[in-house]
Amino acid sequence: MKKGIFYVSILAIPLTVVSLGMKTSEPEKDESANRIQFVQKNKAGEKIFKQYCATCHQLDGGGVPNIAPPLIQTKYVLGDKNTLIHIVLNGFNEDVEIDNQHFSNPMPPFKSKLSDKDVANVLSYVRSSFGNDASAVTASEVKAIRSGK
Amino acid sequence: MKKYIILPIVLIIAGAFFLISFKSKERAKEDLNIYKNLSGGGNTDLVLPAGFHASLIENNIGEARHIAVTKEGDIYVKLLYPKNGKGILFLKKTVGNKYQVSGFGNYGGTGILLNGGYLYASSNTTVYRYKLNDNDEVTDPEHPDVIVKGLIDRRQHNSKSLAMDNNGNLYVNIGAYSNSCQVEDRVPGSMGQKGCPILDSAGGIWQFKADKLNQTYGDGVRYATGIRNVVGLDWNNQSNSLYVMQMGRDQLHDLFPKYYNAEISALLPAECLYELHRGANAGFPYAYYDQIKKKYMLAPEYGGNGKIESNKNYLPPSLAFPGHLAPTAVLFYTGNQFPEKYKNGAFIAFHGSWNRSPEKQAGFFVVFAPFENGKPTGKWEIFANNFAGTKDVISPRNAKYRPCGLAQGPDGSLYVSDDTKGAIFKISYNK
Ligand code: HEC
Repeated sequence: MKKGIFYVSILAIPLTVVSLGMKTSEPEKDESANRIQFVQKNKAGEKIFKQYCATCHQLDGGGVPNIAPPLIQTKYVLGDKNTLIHIVLNGFNEDVEIDNQHFSNPMPPFKSKLSDKDVANVLSYVRSSFGNDASAVTASEVKAIRSGK
Repeated sequence: MKKYIILPIVLIIAGAFFLISFKSKERAKEDLNIYKNLSGGGNTDLVLPAGFHASLIENNIGEARHIAVTKEGDIYVKLLYPKNGKGILFLKKTVGNKYQVSGFGNYGGTGILLNGGYLYASSNTTVYRYKLNDNDEVTDPEHPDVIVKGLIDRRQHNSKSLAMDNNGNLYVNIGAYSNSCQVEDRVPGSMGQKGCPILDSAGGIWQFKADKLNQTYGDGVRYATGIRNVVGLDWNNQSNSLYVMQMGRDQLHDLFPKYYNAEISALLPAECLYELHRGANAGFPYAYYDQIKKKYMLAPEYGGNGKIESNKNYLPPSLAFPGHLAPTAVLFYTGNQFPEKYKNGAFIAFHGSWNRSPEKQAGFFVVFAPFENGKPTGKWEIFANNFAGTKDVISPRNAKYRPCGLAQGPDGSLYVSDDTKGAIFKISYNK
C-alpha cells in the first residue's frame, strides 16, 4: 500500500514540475525559454563532465590531492576563457601551482574526443557549478581557439 | 495494487540472478568489506585487532611520506614538499611522549631509510646519503653525499622509493611517467606505443651501489622491468629478495568503455605484491593482472578487450589485492612485541583510491599479510583501519588521514605516517 503511494508520488514529481513550468512560462515566454535552454545545456555539460572529467577532478569538482587540481574558483576556471578552452583542447602538463598545491598527473588533450559544442557545454557547466559563477562558453569561442585564431 | 507488488519482485529476482552470476566479482568486492572482524583501537579513531592500541604522536607536520625510526626511537620523516624550507624532519624524543621537531634538506620527495650508519633520502631525481653519529643524528645536514642523480622526473609517478639489501646494494623505484604507455596519455581510446620506450629509463626497479657517489643510469642495473609504479618496497631477509607493491593502471572504463564497465573498472586491475629477482618482468604496459580471473590479461592499449589473456610469461604476483587501493609502503615485521603470527610477515600501507568513481573510494588502511619462510601464505587481513575516519569516502579529500609510510621502532612498535596534513601514529601491542 505504502509502496504504491511511493511509486505514484515518484511519477507525480516530474508531472508537477512540467505542469508548473508550463504555467509560469506563459507570462514571460522568452526569458523562460532561455532558462530551459540553459538548464538543458548544463545537462549536456554535466554528462560530458561525468564521462570525461570526473575521475580526475572528482564529481564535486574538488580534485585529488597531489594528483588532479580542484575546479572550484581557480584562476583557470574563472579566468581568461581562451586559456581555459586551450587547456581542455590541448591538455596541460606543467609544473604549475594551483590553489597553492602541485599536481603530478597530466591533463589529457580532448580535441580529438570533444566537439566545439561539447567543450562549450562542459566548460559552461564547470563555470556554473561547484560554487563557480562565471559566464558560459560558446561553441564559436571554442572553434576560434581550435582553429588557432 | 498488484502492479506495485510485481515491480519489487521482479527487481528482487533480477537482483538475485545478478548476484549469483557475478559471485566471483562480489567476492572480490567482499575483500573491501573493511569493517569485519575488527575491534576498538586506542586513543585514536583507528580500528585495530584486539590487544593493539594506537596513539597519535605528532600532527600537522607536513605531507609525511616515508619514515624511518632510529634505535633511540627518534623519527626521520621525508616530506613530499619542503615545509619552511625543510624536506626532512627529525623528531627527537624528549621527556614523556613528546618530540622536538627540527629539519634539514631543502627538497621534497618520498624515500628515506637508515642503514649502516647512514640516512638515505631521495628527491624525485636524486638519492642523498647523510652520515650519522652514534646517536643516529645527522652530523652534517648541509652536505650530504650524492649517491644517485639524474633520475627521470616527468611529474607523473615521480617518487623515488628506496630499499637496501645486505650486500651494499640500493634499490630505487623509477615509476613510468604514463598510465599505460598510450600514444596520448590518458586520452580515451588512444593505443599503446609500440615497444614502449618508457621502459628504457622508467617503469622498473634500478639497482645501484649504496656507497658509490654520483651514479646515474649508466652505473646502475635495470633490476626488474614492466613495473608501472612502486612506492612501497622492502628487502626480505628470509627469502633474501626484494618485495615490491605495484600500483596498477588506472581508468580501464574511462579509456575503453566498450570493454569495461564502471563497476569492473573500480575493481581491476589488481594491486600486486611481487617478489623480484634480477631480470623479472611484470608485464606493464602490455598486460595487467586480473585478480578475479587470476590471470594476466592483454591491456586494451595493446589489443586486449578484458577477455584476451596475455600469452607472455610475466612474473606471477605473490599476492593480488583489489584495484586502485594505492599501496605506498611495505614493511617486513622483525620485532618481538607483536604476537607470533606477525613475525616476518608484511605490513602494507594502502593510501586509498581516487579512481573507483562512481563507487566509493577504498583503502585508507594498513594490511597484514602473514609470511612463512620468506613467502606469503596467501592470506591477508586489514590490520589498522579507519584512517579516513568515515566509511563514506566519495573523494579522497573526504579522508581525514591517508596512511603512507611504515617503520618499525626499536621496541617493536609500528609507526605509520599520513600525508594529508602530516600525522604520525604509533601502534603497539599490550595484550
Ligand atoms: C587524467 C586526469 C584528468 C582528466 C580526465 C581531466 N583532467 Fe583537467 N587536469 C588534470 C590535471 C592533472 C591538471 C593539472 C595539470 C598541471 O598541473 O599541469 C588539470 C587541469 C585542469 C584545469 C586547469 C587547472 C584548474 O584546476 O583550474 C582545468 C580547467 C581542467 N583541468 C578541466 C578539465 C575538464 C573540463 C576535463 C574534462 C573534459 C578534465 N579537466 C579532464 C587532470 C585531468
